[in-house]
Amino acid sequence: MKRGILQRAAAAPHVVWSALFIIAPLIFVLYYTFTGQDGSFSLDNITRLGKGNYLMIFVNSLCMALIATVICFVIAYPAAYIFSRMKKKSQKLCILLIMLPLWMNFLITTYSWMTILEDTGVINTLLGLVGLGPVHMINTPGAVITGMVFCFLPYMILPIYSVMAGIDPKLLEAAADLGCSPVQIFMKVVWPLSVGGVISGVTMVFVPSVSTFYISQKLGGGTFQLIGDTIESYFTGTAVNYHFGAALSLILMVLILISMAVMNRFGDDEQGGALI
Amino acid sequence: MEKNTVVRLSRICKSFGSENVLNNIDLEIKDDQFVTLLGPSGCGKTTTLRIIAGFETPDSGEVYFDGKVINDIPPYRRSVNTVFQKYALFPNLNVYENVAFGLRVKKASDREISEKVREMLRLVNLQGFEKRDVSTLSGGQQQRVAIARALIMQPRVLLLDEPLGALDLKLRKDMQIELKNIRKKTGISFVYVTHDQEEALSMSDTVVVMNDGVIQQIGAPIDIYNEPANAYVADFIGESNILDGVMERDLQVRFAGRSFECVDRGFMTDEPVDVVVRPEDVDVVAPEKGMLTGTVTEVTFMGVHYEVIVEIRGFKWMIQTTDYVSPGQFIGIFIEPDAIHVMKKSEYSDMFGDYSSYSNELDQLSENTEEEGRE
Ligand SMILES: Nc1ncnc2c1ncn2[C@@H]1O[C@H](COP(=O)(O)OP(=O)(O)OP(=O)(O)O)[C@@H](O)[C@H]1O
Ligand SMILES: [Mg+2]
Repeated sequence: MKRGILQRAAAAPHVVWSALFIIAPLIFVLYYTFTGQDGSFSLDNITRLGKGNYLMIFVNSLCMALIATVICFVIAYPAAYIFSRMKKKSQKLCILLIMLPLWMNFLITTYSWMTILEDTGVINTLLGLVGLGPVHMINTPGAVITGMVFCFLPYMILPIYSVMAGIDPKLLEAAADLGCSPVQIFMKVVWPLSVGGVISGVTMVFVPSVSTFYISQKLGGGTFQLIGDTIESYFTGTAVNYHFGAALSLILMVLILISMAVMNRFGDDEQGGALI
Repeated sequence: MEKNTVVRLSRICKSFGSENVLNNIDLEIKDDQFVTLLGPSGCGKTTTLRIIAGFETPDSGEVYFDGKVINDIPPYRRSVNTVFQKYALFPNLNVYENVAFGLRVKKASDREISEKVREMLRLVNLQGFEKRDVSTLSGGQQQRVAIARALIMQPRVLLLDEPLGALDLKLRKDMQIELKNIRKKTGISFVYVTHDQEEALSMSDTVVVMNDGVIQQIGAPIDIYNEPANAYVADFIGESNILDGVMERDLQVRFAGRSFECVDRGFMTDEPVDVVVRPEDVDVVAPEKGMLTGTVTEVTFMGVHYEVIVEIRGFKWMIQTTDYVSPGQFIGIFIEPDAIHVMKKSEYSDMFGDYSSYSNELDQLSENTEEEGRE
């Protein structure tokens, strides 16, 4: 079917928007990655990635993001399940509470975690009152992961909750009717029908976790570097180098795309009827 | 040969909050039997099924299976399966896997599963649909998948909650016949819920008429129709003229201002009773030959017959006749003794009058069916 001029015109703003804000930045990233300081084509930026401790930084970042994502999942999945089985009114209230932190700036959330975890912060003050501690928490990987979990948890809960709320309770009864114990109902019905939400949730937590820089700066205190910090330092720090920064972010992007592809493959298998 | 009782409900009561949904339900389901629960919306049919399946626990009373109390046995350990009102097929599984579901839970071998699934799909006439996504099936096909999925478990009793409610009339008729055949072939007892009286009468061995959480009558379709236990059943099943009467003595009842010979006995002398006369049992005759006489007020052509409203001594009778009479005509009516059914007075006695509000009643009826359709 041929589309009329009007229909094409209606799509124009979207096309312009995508060109400006999605395609153009990508082109810039590619351009900077494959050029040197003098503007001529070069692969130096890519080869430089192999030197130094950049590999370690990548591995570190991926590990921390992975841990944060797993913790988010472990908390979010049961929570979402419980929410989805509550009365409609309580469901709304709980979801509202979950969304509340999203209305605050992440920076503020992160700063408040600083004051909580500091050596002289809220927790250590409380521990001191009962004669314990102080426990050193700030500027450790644990603190950074805590920050990630706290900032991104809602992004895990919401998609899982929304698929779970959409599961017809009659299906659970049908499964019980056909001989499923409560555990089997979960394995054979609830999990396969909610795995789509899990995949969205994992993606929405993992991607920002792996590229975050302010959380690791504020709660990690510069004692170790994540990939987000490294990239940021090449764009704003003293050793500004757009070309190398672009190369780092390109690799990060490729890594994220690969992880997402793996995730989706896993999800397809799960939903395609190959049950446990 | 006396059949075994598989499921027995004994003095079951159930309430939700302050609402008494089931009141002292006593019911037996025997092997190889088609039992239908019939009653208006909200009378507790689904709740009764859910108690048998184990999704609800009764407040009091016992559920027996093969003579053992099973009140505390969870649904997944009962040899009873359900065909749900809206099918409740697993949307992530294809037809084959939906039907295979129960056997997979039981950890049956792949070979057994594939054999049985094929057998079931043949039984419900769905060969070749194995790979289809259930969401691409029509209502009738989904229905068959739901039936196959439950039957593959070879339950002693299959519970069906208005399984044909969502289908159009033609498909419904076909499926009624098919269900009856499936039941005969498998020998599994069916407990079938419907609020369609025709469906109940035509399909079942036993009909259970319920209202307000109370069983009004249990019996074979023909007995329910010919010998309704009270005015409620008489009114709910088919059309009926329900009149106040007095039993003068055995085999003689007085109503509409005169005495009639009848076939009922066993009442006290001069006991007040309800008298039921079915519209199709009334013959139109010339006024001078009539047992009663009256004026025709309305005539409706129904296809096979005319539905005639006749006013006799202030009571509007409904009569079904193949002879044409015209509104305003003065006619006589004749009733055979065995067309008169005498019932004891009940709490429902005064609730069902004559057909003076006939057209209104029709309107109400169609409203009800619309509501049911929307559910
Ligand atoms: N879980 C529940 N909580 C509260 N009330 C309920 C519940 N289930 C059923 N009821 C009430 O119990 C009554 C009987 O319900 P039930 O579903 O058994 O009726 P039904 O005979 O199946 O009606 P229908 O023909 O409309 O399906 C209704 O008034 C209904 O509102
Ligand atoms: Mg119901």
